[in-house]
Amino acid sequence: MTSVFAADGAMIPCTVLEAGPCVVTQVRTKDKDGYEAVQLAFGDRKEKSSTQPLIGHFKKAGTGPKAKVTEFRGFKKDLQLGDQVDVTLFQEGDTVDVIGETKGKGFQGVVKRHGFGGVGGQTHGQHNRLRAPGSLGASSFPSRVFKGMRMAGQTGNVRRTAQNLQIVKVYPEQNLLVVKGSVPGANGSWVLVQK
Amino acid sequence: MSTVLDPVSFVESQKNGTDLPTFQAGDTVAVHYKIREGNKERTQVFQGVVLQRRNPGSNETFTVRKISNGIGVERIFPSLSPFIEKVDVVSRGVVRRARLFYLRAAKGKKARIKTRIG
Repeated sequence: MTSVFAADGAMIPCTVLEAGPCVVTQVRTKDKDGYEAVQLAFGDRKEKSSTQPLIGHFKKAGTGPKAKVTEFRGFKKDLQLGDQVDVTLFQEGDTVDVIGETKGKGFQGVVKRHGFGGVGGQTHGQHNRLRAPGSLGASSFPSRVFKGMRMAGQTGNVRRTAQNLQIVKVYPEQNLLVVKGSVPGANGSWVLVQK
Repeated sequence: MSTVLDPVSFVESQKNGTDLPTFQAGDTVAVHYKIREGNKERTQVFQGVVLQRRNPGSNETFTVRKISNGIGVERIFPSLSPFIEKVDVVSRGVVRRARLFYLRAAKGKKARIKTRIG
């Protein structure tokens, strides 16, 4: 993350995304596939680390092997096989959704995972319940723990969407998008940007 | 695939504030800051002692403290802000630390800063 200055002098915290140029590698149509979508590919990959079927698939679109392939539904524009899609799709002031995989935190307790407050205080003789979950429910009735009870477990490393991020700046020559706020995922990870 | 080596430093390099003179904690500066009211723009001068400069690089800020009508006022300016018209160095101070937070509690003789000559 970094920051840029707005027109009124305010400092805006923002994230820099490298978006495109993507190549259309397949067009799904209603007749053939039952739904409409556009398959976009982004990022180069070495030919020797790609499989032959994939190389053939990219060859149809007239490009080399790509690292990341995703389908997008509901494109406004009519796109053909081999077309380029880049950041000029977006304009400053637009809002976008950014989808990514959050940073993995491992197995975490309920305080970090669900924002519990722990049990009791630090003093008055209390010694081992500081970050405990507390009671899981009643006793002889219902004699079980309800489904969905919030407990400790694997935290992070899931797909999440950051909604309605404002586009602060677009650099078409550098293929860069600057969006306001943070996006899911570690530095350098893959994200999807949707209008 | 990338046309720039490091996207974040590219975006940061696009900031262009005014060239500031060299100053450091302890110096007395006058910051000419542009203020926009509706469509009108005017310049306000904030003069005081620099308490600190922090976050060197494109996100740098500096803190200026002055005593206004007996009340201490501090303002933090982003060094690269496009709204800084200019910064005048009024005097250079002799101090022995980079962060002068002790000035907040200091009164009388302790709150003085010797002027560096030359």
